[in-house]
Amino acid sequence: MEVLWQTDVPLTVREVSARLTERNLAHTTVMTVLDRLAKKGFAKRQRDGRAWRYCPAATRETYVTELMLTALDQTGDRTAALTRFAQSVSGIEAEVLRDALDAFEGDGGADEGSG
Amino acid sequence: MPWMHLKVTAEQMKGLADAALLAALAMGSVLGASALVPASWPRRAPAAAILLWQALGLAGGLAAVGTLVSLGLPGDHLGVAGSLLHLGTVFPQAAFRFPVAFGVVSALPIMLLVFRLACLGAGLALLASLCWVLIAVSAAALQARRRQRALLALLAHGDPKVPGALVVDYPTVAAYCLPGLFSRIVVLSVGTVELLGRGELAAVLAHERAHLRERHDLVLLPFSALRRAFPRSAMCVEAQRSVALLVEMLADDHALRGRPARELVSALVRFGTAGTCPAPAGALAAGEGDMTARVARLLQPVRPLPATASAAICLASGLLVAATIALLIV
Repeated sequence: MEVLWQTDVPLTVREVSARLTERNLAHTTVMTVLDRLAKKGFAKRQRDGRAWRYCPAATRETYVTELMLTALDQTGDRTAALTRFAQSVSGIEAEVLRDALDAFEGDGGADEGSG
Repeated sequence: MPWMHLKVTAEQMKGLADAALLAALAMGSVLGASALVPASWPRRAPAAAILLWQALGLAGGLAAVGTLVSLGLPGDHLGVAGSLLHLGTVFPQAAFRFPVAFGVVSALPIMLLVFRLACLGAGLALLASLCWVLIAVSAAALQARRRQRALLALLAHGDPKVPGALVVDYPTVAAYCLPGLFSRIVVLSVGTVELLGRGELAAVLAHERAHLRERHDLVLLPFSALRRAFPRSAMCVEAQRSVALLVEMLADDHALRGRPARELVSALVRFGTAGTCPAPAGALAAGEGDMTARVARLLQPVRPLPATASAAICLASGLLVAATIALLIV
């Protein structure tokens, strides 16, 4: 998928294999992976003679944004039920928390240089 | 002949008593829940408090359905559950029977029929919508997680600073876990990994792994479903919020084992105040104050509830559910 994202033109299986030289993967392995990516909707493919040409269905950033927005519950859809470490707080609460942390680290926790 | 008459009356009395007891249980659960929201002891014993919330939710829901059904379908000796199972035979028998116990020899059988149909319909509708929303929310959660896993397989990578966790190239702070039967994943954003120190990251990981290990997502699911079913009910919203906060506190407690509180507190505060982005419209008020509660609890450790008190709470939760189920069956 990284290979597909790095280029602007649709690639054939052979071209993708050629760009994955350091991995030394079998042609059929690359074909299977690309086929699965296409079936899952992450890659689009079009016929070019006897071969398929693959390109990404969306940019990497689009997927990262989708992933994180779902995780941060900002899609307005609360169904994912992913438990987050903490919410972002804003305004006065943030001030209060920072002061509390400063006071606490001043008390006895100052040995760790965090800043 | 007088015997016959007496027996019928006694059975009808039982049906009415069932309805009254179930209604009392439903009301009691609601009252108990509203007393539990502002109480301060739950933060001293989050696990016991979660159990009590679950008991109140289950008993309240079952009792509410049971009340409506027993009013609409006086199956007498069969009990509420039995009457429902034999709906086809019980309803025609019961529909027009006069409520002798009230002393109202009814001149309005149609009114009575309408009343019973309405109660029965409302009870069944409530039961169906509760089941449906639970299934819908579970299915949506499963689907969202499947999508997350597929995306993570493409986008995430490991990082030596956070062994065992996946890292996604995203500048804003984010840390969450993806629960599941076979794969349990902790996900962090690059922003988080860069913001926090090694000790703080370890605290975050310990916190998230506690969520995964104890399947806190399953604890939250029914309350999220309840909130989804009755989004306008302040009680359901508060219940979901309270349980969500208790689950976080429970995971905080796990993260504290063998780690200094300082790491977790500074991780929480720096994490929470990092973005300070305005929360998305409409989603704000829900979390307001929860972070402060968690941090305050870590800064000034509260005495855990005595073991006997926790045991009493667990016992009470069990009895509440058992009593409700017994009333529905007998």
